[in-house]
Formats: sequence, structure tokens, C-alpha cells
Amino acid sequence: MSVSAIPDQLADPVVIQGLFQVAAATALAAVVIVVSSIRNLDLERELGGSFARGFVQVLAMGALIGVLFTIPLTFSGLLLAAMVVYAAWESRKRGGGVPNAFRISVIALGVGSAVVIVTMVAAGAIERTVRNLVPVGGMIIANAMKTNSLTLDRFQGEIESNRDEIEAVLALGVPPERAVSEFVTESVRASLIPVVDAMRTLGLVYIPGMMAGMILGGANPIYAAEYQFVIMGMIFAAGGLTSMTASLLLGRAAFTDAAQLRRFEATDPTLLATLRAILNR
Amino acid sequence: MTNLRAENLSYEVDGDRILDRVSLDVASGETVAIVGPSGAGKSSLLRLLDRLDEPTGGTVYLDGTDYRTLDPRTLRKRVGLVPQNPALRGGTVRENVTIGPRLRGESVSEERLVDLLAAVGLDGYADRDASDLSGGEAQRVAIARTVINDPEVILLDEPTASLDSEAEAEVERLLADLLASGERTVVLVTHDERQAERLADRVARLRDGRIVDVGAPREVIT
Repeated sequence: MSVSAIPDQLADPVVIQGLFQVAAATALAAVVIVVSSIRNLDLERELGGSFARGFVQVLAMGALIGVLFTIPLTFSGLLLAAMVVYAAWESRKRGGGVPNAFRISVIALGVGSAVVIVTMVAAGAIERTVRNLVPVGGMIIANAMKTNSLTLDRFQGEIESNRDEIEAVLALGVPPERAVSEFVTESVRASLIPVVDAMRTLGLVYIPGMMAGMILGGANPIYAAEYQFVIMGMIFAAGGLTSMTASLLLGRAAFTDAAQLRRFEATDPTLLATLRAILNR
Repeated sequence: MTNLRAENLSYEVDGDRILDRVSLDVASGETVAIVGPSGAGKSSLLRLLDRLDEPTGGTVYLDGTDYRTLDPRTLRKRVGLVPQNPALRGGTVRENVTIGPRLRGESVSEERLVDLLAAVGLDGYADRDASDLSGGEAQRVAIARTVINDPEVILLDEPTASLDSEAEAEVERLLADLLASGERTVVLVTHDERQAERLADRVARLRDGRIVDVGAPREVIT
């Protein structure tokens, strides 16, 4: 398949039919946005923007995925690395001024997803093919990003609301990492709530899409269940490793070399400028 | 015995000058009060003396040693700051008073804790929940939490500002006892000039980030 196949794909009747389904999903999202607006939650821009953006991005991915599967396997590593960088860029915004949030996110997401992806490829749970590695890798990175965002968000909140407590203890000559350990632990715990809950309700409340898809596609349901558990395990491990790496680095980044608690100041630079600054360092 | 000397301390935040070349000598065993209107930079000065913020100019000498050459943790063990807001953590009085040594991985004997609680008037409070304490009691816990380190210098930030008059009198009595021994060098920040007069050997008046007057309480406070 090549780029020239894309117009044919667009004309497929199933794509037109899909548009109606998209409209229905959009209507539901619109309800959330309207309710948010009525309740003055001030989230309309964020919700609406992320929704529209997700649609365009996933459609572009859908259009390109056929092309993508023809790339050599070695490039898929690069592609996954690019995904990590972009996921980190989006995730860092949850840190609202946490120093080095982007760099920390790149490292945390990189460690969390790389360990899991490499292990599972070695174990044969992820095939060494582009069509397997890219989507499964992307899913792991996306889930690790969620955990990373929650870690950042919680860490920022905990530190900002406990500045006095932290500085009171710093003023006793306590090492900075010990002064924030309680809040770091809380950030990790909070960030893992969604994956822990998903694991707990797996099969009872939460019947994940991949398993349903495999069964609909004719796979042995027991094997589909096993594989789904493997996927959940990967998401769980990647999330946990990401959150713990992030929290370790965050605990340090919050302080200067002289063990002073930094002020968190949100800035909004561009991705390119930030990457350039990091490379120039 | 330890003396503390601030030399041309300046502190700027986002181009705002909070402190402007503040120099101050505090002799061993002396209590110096910093007075001045709110916003004069009193608390900022105290934070710089403990290096909780980094001076943008000048430095502090502790017994003649530039404090930037000391490990900040060692510095803060020797120079203890009692913040205006006690900012106690969840848990008991015991856990709060011993938090410094505990988080540094040191142990505190029960005897020392009992003595210390008695000294701050909190006899028998060890196992009380810190969140149930009154403002005055919480302030005493904060003082004990610093004193347990046996610091050479104590920095007190408005120790009675948030207390009612009865609690204020009690905490001030406790401070008077603490200072009377003359074993510690103390810098006391207060907006209450009468308190400065009662507790301090010398008083420095801060205005708009500068020391405008320093001398015996009687000379500075009129």
C-alpha cells in the first residue's frame, strides 16, 4: 500500500458511514462541553480543543497507517521515540511550572515504555513487526503519558499547597528529598489510581477494546483474555515505572543546589525552542 | 557561641528589590529584633539568613565563615528558623517535634522529648494529635521542633502575630525564658515594637528593604 491509496480509502462507503458515527460521538462530547459551559467550569476550550484535535490526529494516523506499515522495522524505534517526545511535551503542561517538567517527562516516559516494550518484544508478546510494534508501543506510551500527567499534576498541587510545611522542615536541616517524600509518594499513589482500578475491575466492569476486537475477529476468547491481561500488565508496568521515575526526578527538580524550594513558574515555550535549549546545554 | 553577620544582603524577585544591601551584626548570645511595617522585608531577611532563598547580592557569615561554603543542611541545623506559620504535619505532637532528627535519620531519646515538651509548657502532650492544638500550642510545638536541633542561632518570624493576647503572653514568656539563658544568638522578627523592647538586646528598623536605624531598644523605639 502507498500514499496513492489514500484517496481510494476516503471514497470507501464505510468511511462515509463512519462519519455518521463520528457525528454521534461528537454530539455526546458537545453535551459535556455545554454542561461545562453552563456550570462555568471554564473547560470548554480545553475539552473542545482536545476533542477536535484527537479526531484530526487519529484520522491522519488512520490514513497513514497503511503507509507506515511498509517502513523498515528499524525506523519503528525512531517513531516510538518521537511518540515519547511528543507525549512528554503534552504531558509537561500538567506540571504547571514544575522545573524541568519536559525533560523529566521524556526520561520517565522513555524509561517506562522502553523497559516494557523491550522486555515484551524479547518475550515474544509483541511481534517484531511494524504493524504490531507501532500500535502496541503507541498504546503503552499513551497510557504511560496518562500516568505521567497525573503524577505531574498531583506533584505540582501537593508542593504548592504544602510549601509552608516543606520549608518548615527544610529549615530544620532535613535533606530536601526527605522533606518532600510524603508528597512524592502521594503523587505516585494518585497517578496509579486509574490503572489500579482498571486492573481491579478487569473483566467485571471493564472489558477492554482489544480483547473485544480479538474475539469479534474470531480469536480464541481464552487467548484473547490472556493477551488482554498481558496488555494490561504492560500498561500497569509502564505506568508504574514512569510514575516512579518521574517522581524521583521531580523530587530533585523542585530544589536548587542549595536545597531551596524553587518557585514554580508556568511558561509556554514552543517544542522546538525547548528541544534546541536542551541540546545546546 | 556563634555570631551572625549579614553583609550587604540584597534580594530581588522579578526585578522588585525586596532587600537592599542589608548589613547586620548579631553578636554571640545576643537577641536582635527586626521591626518595621509589613512589606518592609522582615520575613525575607529572615529567610535569607537561613538561606531558604538565595541572596541576589551579599552574603552571611556564621562565625566568620561565608554560609555559602557550608552544606545548607548543616547550616540550617546550626541556624534554626521558626516560621510564622507553624505548618505542622499530620500526626502527633511527638512526631512533629522530632521530625527534624527523624527525617535526618537520627534518633531522639524519650527523655529529651519529655524535657523539651516540659520546657515549652506542653507537658503530657506527646501523643496528642497535632491538628487538635490551639494556635498557641502549635506555635510552642514549632519552637520545640527547632530547639530539639540545639541550634546555635534561632530565627523567629513573628512568633506571636497570629495568636490571641492570652496565648501571645504565654508564648512570649516562653521565649523570654529561652532567651534569658544567653546561650543562643537570636534574630526576632516582629511587628510589635513593645515585644521587641521586652525581648531584644538591640533593635533594627527595616523600611522598604533597608535598615534605617539600629541600636538599643530605647533608642530605636520611641
